[in-house]
Amino acid sequence: MDNFTKRSFLKLSASSAALAIAPGLITSSAFAAGKPDAPKGQVIAGLSQEPTVFHPLMPGKEVDRGVWWQLFSTLWFVDDKGTLVPDLAIEVPSVENGGLSEDGLSWKVKLRKDVTWHDGTPFTAQDVKFSLELINNPDFRAGSRIGHSLLKNITVVADDEIHWQTSEVFSPYISLLAQTFIVPKHILADLPDPNKSDFNMAPIGTGAFKWGKRSAGDHLLLEANKNYHGEGPFLERVVFKYIPDQTVQYTQFSSGEIDYIGLNGIQTAFEEDAKKLDGVTINAAPLAFIEYIALNLEFGPFKDLAVRQALYMGMNKQARIDIIYKGRPIGAESYVPRGHWAYKDDLPAHVYDSEGAKAILDKAGWIPGPDGVRVKDGMRLAFTTSTTVGSKSREQAQQFLQQNWAEIGAEMTINNMPGAVLWGDFWQKSQFDSVMVASTFVRGGDPDVTARFSKKAIPAKGGSGNNNYQYQDDEMEELLVAGTREYDQEKRKVIYHRIQEKVREELIFLPVQQSVIVEGTKEDLIGHTPNINSTSNAWNMRTWYWTT
Amino acid sequence: MANYLLRRSWQSLILLLLVSFIGFGVLHLAPGGPLSQFVPSAGMAQEDIDRITHQMGLDRSFAVQYLEWLRLMVSGDWGNSYRDGISVLSKIASHIRPTLELMVISTVLAALIGCGIGVWGAVRRYSVMDVLSSVGAMFALSIPTFWFGLMAIYFFALELSWFPVGSRTTIGDGSVPDILYHLVLPVSVLALVETAVWAQFMRSAMLEALQQDYIRTAKAKGLSERKVIWSHAIRNALLPMITLVGLQFPILLGGALVAETVFSWPGMGRLFMDSLEYRDYPVVMGILILSAIMTMLGSLIADILYVVADPRIRVN
Repeated sequence: MDNFTKRSFLKLSASSAALAIAPGLITSSAFAAGKPDAPKGQVIAGLSQEPTVFHPLMPGKEVDRGVWWQLFSTLWFVDDKGTLVPDLAIEVPSVENGGLSEDGLSWKVKLRKDVTWHDGTPFTAQDVKFSLELINNPDFRAGSRIGHSLLKNITVVADDEIHWQTSEVFSPYISLLAQTFIVPKHILADLPDPNKSDFNMAPIGTGAFKWGKRSAGDHLLLEANKNYHGEGPFLERVVFKYIPDQTVQYTQFSSGEIDYIGLNGIQTAFEEDAKKLDGVTINAAPLAFIEYIALNLEFGPFKDLAVRQALYMGMNKQARIDIIYKGRPIGAESYVPRGHWAYKDDLPAHVYDSEGAKAILDKAGWIPGPDGVRVKDGMRLAFTTSTTVGSKSREQAQQFLQQNWAEIGAEMTINNMPGAVLWGDFWQKSQFDSVMVASTFVRGGDPDVTARFSKKAIPAKGGSGNNNYQYQDDEMEELLVAGTREYDQEKRKVIYHRIQEKVREELIFLPVQQSVIVEGTKEDLIGHTPNINSTSNAWNMRTWYWTT
Repeated sequence: MANYLLRRSWQSLILLLLVSFIGFGVLHLAPGGPLSQFVPSAGMAQEDIDRITHQMGLDRSFAVQYLEWLRLMVSGDWGNSYRDGISVLSKIASHIRPTLELMVISTVLAALIGCGIGVWGAVRRYSVMDVLSSVGAMFALSIPTFWFGLMAIYFFALELSWFPVGSRTTIGDGSVPDILYHLVLPVSVLALVETAVWAQFMRSAMLEALQQDYIRTAKAKGLSERKVIWSHAIRNALLPMITLVGLQFPILLGGALVAETVFSWPGMGRLFMDSLEYRDYPVVMGILILSAIMTMLGSLIADILYVVADPRIRVN
């Protein structure tokens, strides 16, 4: 607190007028000796969004998933190195261990026998079967059925073994299961309405922490599950404290009232001040979020590859990163985050060259009009860019881009709107020209992007998926299918490298940066480890502990 | 009086119906919906969104949705939050208590102090105290609450460590002394701003009362200044304040968004904003209806208080 200066406070005051919301998560620090023999102490995690969805198979956001990781378990999970680690299962099924048939259609999963639910009931294969069937129950509001809808013949062979088949080979399913939490059959099986239950407000899981108490709008308290089947927990309690204003959140962190800042991390404006605080550790951790400018490829000017190339060349990416984000994010050329096994590191590097951009447009027939905006066949190079209202950094970035693109004769108009509006039909039905957005393309650590780039995944054309860019390409279609049919990682790597090349060559979207979050924790809190393969950096709170 | 109350009740019911219809309409006409929040992060496909929209009945016509909501509302079922499934009434109840703690204490404090300052300023017009209180009121009204809040946090929580930075309770405590300890800063900040409002109103009303003929008559009769002020001027000056009391009713329940945000106070203001942001229709409608009821109730109480305070006014 000694280092919380007046200057920092003025900065803090100035920025607090905006009640911004964004995504992200946590920190680092190597494991050291000193894990307690029994759970000890509590961690208060400050979150700028409130966790409200506690049924882990219903639609939830990152903040909800951070809680699910504490309360529930998956069959296996992806660790920070990208390795699938068995949890409720004894081993991750593969052709080598006999868990997966040669044709990739039949699965055999062996389960642990020593797992109990928080109410003491033994966990069995029936729970796994129930969970998978619940996702496909037409009356249940499942978050997503991608992959699960392919399941058939789910059979409980024994209490600790379950088999199933899939109607087609779908290799990403193994990663999707790494994010599929198992729910208790004995609690949920006999509900008249699978969507309504006390469980939704006080869930019972097999995770390292069990439900304690929720004070809606304020905090959620979880308590150590002393019968947890895995390593830990080493904390007696975990408290998720909802603090919507990031300035207030940082103030509480700097005063020591919260032990770590989750979800959004520390705002760029406070980063330098945070580094001067006593007794805390500040870490920058890359996230799987890729920030990019999504283009509606059915919108007149964007149909022209030359326009996309010129816009990309004409934007001063590095200056944007340096000035607005204080150099924190990593420049991106791909949808795959750096460090991922499928990442292609030799994609052409972005070069900022406004003269080069002008030359591309000249060559493609886009001639400057009387107002300086280029025109081709009567079509002006004018478009809107949208993002969520209140996202200060992005709003600054938009102004930056506006200037960059005006230099090359492109007129960009800012058209921001609230999240609930932006992510409604405007985005889903491709009613936008361009949108500044950050999202994770690698679900559960898998680089499959069928839902993003397949022509069958265009919602505006009746498709099922998230191809809001309306991209269509036959080679891409073949690559996507090939990628989901292949289990061998080396062979998949070749396929996904080609997909990344195509995305970069054709500039389906304009990649900007891979998000990096700056997080703060008390320095004597050990164990938290960033994980770009997980939906939440709070994935391993079970192994966190205090050294004092 | 009974007839009057009956007539007002009917009028209120019609008004409530109108408010609910317009509120429901505006909410549903606004672009986006409750599921939009999941789109950018959860990897849900359009078919997932469409499926859940259908399961939640959000793809039905506006008329069907409104009539269904109205039917349940009339039967006492205010619905459940789309976000966490908790019943709307429970949700409001859990947030109303922190709000009442904050608002009632700050309003009572502000009313008492503000009226005192207002009376003093009017009686000692143009005195140093009057000038100072007027300047202070202008200052308090001009500076944003969030700035006041942050300054209070900086000096009293961070620098002096006298009070906590925010929150309603210390996690794991929640005793009355703990709540009171957490209330000091937010109540002080809110009361400061509200005091200025009450002081300005009271000063103005008191000045007007002091210029009335009956005051001159009272003074001419030889009544002491104390008797003139307390028995005649203040009583009459309080009449316009009844309007202010009536207006405070919905505000008391509506909470103070800025103060709640700055002090991490889990009250109604934050609940409303969060619910609006996530298009949690049942909760937004619940708060809207409750606010409408409280506004009407406040207005009714103010009317009745007028009759009590001023016998010249008749309820008809």
